[in-house]
Amino acid sequence: MKAIVAVKRVIDYNVKVRVKADNSDVDLANTKMSINPFCEIAVEEAVRLKEAGTVSEIVVVSVGPKAVQEQMRYAMALGADRGIQVETAAAPSSLDVARLLAKINEEENADLFILGKQAIDSDNNQTGQMLAALLDIPQATFASEVKIADGKAEVTREVDGGLVTLEMDLPAVVTTDLRLNEPRFAALPKIMQAKRKPLAVKTVEELGVTLSNSTELLSVEPPAERQAGIKVGSVDELLDKLRNDAQVL
Amino acid sequence: MNIYNAPAQDTAFVLDQLVQFDKLCEAMHLEEVNLELANVIVEEAGKLASEVLAPLNAVGDSNGAKLSDDKVQESPGYSDAYQQYMENGWATLTAPEAFGGQALPNVVGTAVNELWHSANMAFALCPMLTQGSIEALIAHGSDELQQAYLPRLVSGEWTGTMNLTEPAAGSDLAAVATKAVPNGDHYLITGQKIYITWGDHQMTPNIVHLVLARLPDAPAGVKGISLFIVPKFLLDENGEPGELNDAKCIALEHKLGIHASPTCTMSFGDNGGAVGYIVGEENKGLAYMFTMMNHARQSVGLQGLSISERAYQQAAWYAKDRTQGSRKDGTKIPIIEHPDVRRMLMAQRAGCEAMRGLALIAAAEIDRAHAGAAGASERVELLTPIVKGWMTEMANELTSLNIQVHGGMGFIEESGAPQHYRDARILAIYEGTNGIQALDLIGRKTLSDQGAALAALLDEMAGVEAELRAAGLDKFANRYAASVARGAEVREWILENAGADRQTMGAVAFDFLMLMGYLSGAWVMAKSAASAKALDAQESAYGAPFLSAKVATARFYAEHYLPRVEQHAQTLMTGLDAAFVLTDEQF
Repeated sequence: MKAIVAVKRVIDYNVKVRVKADNSDVDLANTKMSINPFCEIAVEEAVRLKEAGTVSEIVVVSVGPKAVQEQMRYAMALGADRGIQVETAAAPSSLDVARLLAKINEEENADLFILGKQAIDSDNNQTGQMLAALLDIPQATFASEVKIADGKAEVTREVDGGLVTLEMDLPAVVTTDLRLNEPRFAALPKIMQAKRKPLAVKTVEELGVTLSNSTELLSVEPPAERQAGIKVGSVDELLDKLRNDAQVL
Repeated sequence: MNIYNAPAQDTAFVLDQLVQFDKLCEAMHLEEVNLELANVIVEEAGKLASEVLAPLNAVGDSNGAKLSDDKVQESPGYSDAYQQYMENGWATLTAPEAFGGQALPNVVGTAVNELWHSANMAFALCPMLTQGSIEALIAHGSDELQQAYLPRLVSGEWTGTMNLTEPAAGSDLAAVATKAVPNGDHYLITGQKIYITWGDHQMTPNIVHLVLARLPDAPAGVKGISLFIVPKFLLDENGEPGELNDAKCIALEHKLGIHASPTCTMSFGDNGGAVGYIVGEENKGLAYMFTMMNHARQSVGLQGLSISERAYQQAAWYAKDRTQGSRKDGTKIPIIEHPDVRRMLMAQRAGCEAMRGLALIAAAEIDRAHAGAAGASERVELLTPIVKGWMTEMANELTSLNIQVHGGMGFIEESGAPQHYRDARILAIYEGTNGIQALDLIGRKTLSDQGAALAALLDEMAGVEAELRAAGLDKFANRYAASVARGAEVREWILENAGADRQTMGAVAFDFLMLMGYLSGAWVMAKSAASAKALDAQESAYGAPFLSAKVATARFYAEHYLPRVEQHAQTLMTGLDAAFVLTDEQF
């Protein structure tokens, strides 16, 4: 069984995000970049399925400039077998990425697609769903448990107020939630091996996909600065402030 | 708070700009290794260090290793952490491929070891000692011993210990009294060893002790000591740990620091003799020990950096969090805005960055020496006592500054600041006290070659002045050039005065060691500042904030630490003869 795992290079989750002075975008100059945490969970899940003998090959795919190879090598150090980078300098939309993945699958014919439920930079939560629609295959989003048996996937999904368990025919798309697993640390010998694993580079043109550019980033605003608080002398005063100044009661 | 983050960016800068790592790998014919890989390795090791090992540091301090029924129980959580360390392959980093290692350069191992020691020095001592036993076996063990023990030591499945010290044989190993009596294909070892780091624990199914002992007909003194392997469990016919050997831990020391590192009194042969196998030839044990000494001593110097970095990170966090005093608008002032606190933080930062540069340069010289580069062996010999001695003295000062930044809270154990200060104190003592290092530097490393290796280093240092001027750092260049010239004067003075009175050399050796330390640190920081200035802030991956901080930190080093070169030079050239006026009885 072949699994395709898509990974995105994003600003590291520990980094305090800065906005460019002209509000045109987030400032990524000299910023630590990492694999999107949900994508890392997707890689980990695929590796566990491989260790369990369910999956035989893990193909990691990323879309972006050469730098995304860092995150692809990291996925390989965790256990992915080979990589396909779609080289582009543009920031593709979710739909573009889904179309590129669908195109890649024409050659790969994967049985399982594991994607992060969303990327922590754009927070779109779209690519997995769009990929399932384009391929016309079932999807299970926000997975907290994945079991594969007899050509079917049983996926427990985290939904508001509880859990939903679905059974789907394969091939299918799964998007990962935080509690699906806790990714391992990459082991030193695997980091060394990852350098030698095959990584193919394709261009958007080679894949015959035209990026839609259907969305445009207009501006980015940092959250409002927190104002200094005040000290109140009594509970009565607190209630008064909440009622009259803050008007929350 | 006592969190730890690997200083990956500074490590990358040092490997890239000071060590010239890619060139080093070319010289070593390592086609698959480059700076990018080294950075990934350091980053990934940093995760284990900060997420797994660092949180156990305080746990081990308050719940040290315990001895009961002849068994040492390591601190809670340490065994699990060790399994993770081992399963992720970190033990294999620098060992040869033939025994399951990754054969990465020593300088990468050093960069990674810095992180383990910062995160948890007591823990990291266990792999550090194992590495020593691996080196001994690789250099001197028979094929049979290598096949039996090396793969498991390299993988980390077993750990190793070094059994040198005895109650009457500390710095003077000529006094070793432990006996080894030939008995068929092996020897029977009897005697007691003290201060044996990680001499026993339950983390692995076997422990391999390397033991210095004396054969019955051995010549007296240093030429009559042999080296033996004494496994905790003897290996059965399948090479698996079987019967318990006649070697055990009979006591644990109660120490000032590194409580999680069991410091064992080992008793060999209480029931007739522990089975041991000779490493190499008879009576050559001490010479074998010396072949591993550079690496071992540099490792301890590295610990000085590690613990200082950990303390610095804690001090920086506290200084930003703790407020004292108010501004006119009523807002509180974090103490980092107070100039004296800032002075202390900069002293810690500049010290750490200078030490990191020096430690990695010295570690890379070991790689260059292995690759046969001209002058590299001499440079290793010269730098090793400086790395060990100066960096561990700095660790005492810098961990003390962390306490000072904390104010009253720094004296309280719960803040975590005292642990680093207590843990650091051993570093100036073990693996050859700094007095021994100073004698080594002035005698074996300076006088014995008429100051040739030192002259080569001073020449190289002098060359950096032009780089500073080219970078527009003229004030720095003036200070630096004057200090390097002072170093050359001191060299002349030592060579002139050595013949007259050997006692004088002993008296001034420590000042010489410290002088060379501060000067070497200045050399490293001068190179760093010049490189940082030369890099284009827009194009470089390091970014403008890092590069400008590097230049400012280097400047602070030159203003704060470099004058100490002059101080030590003045003291040294007095000959300190007043130290010998009093009779012994007058003390």
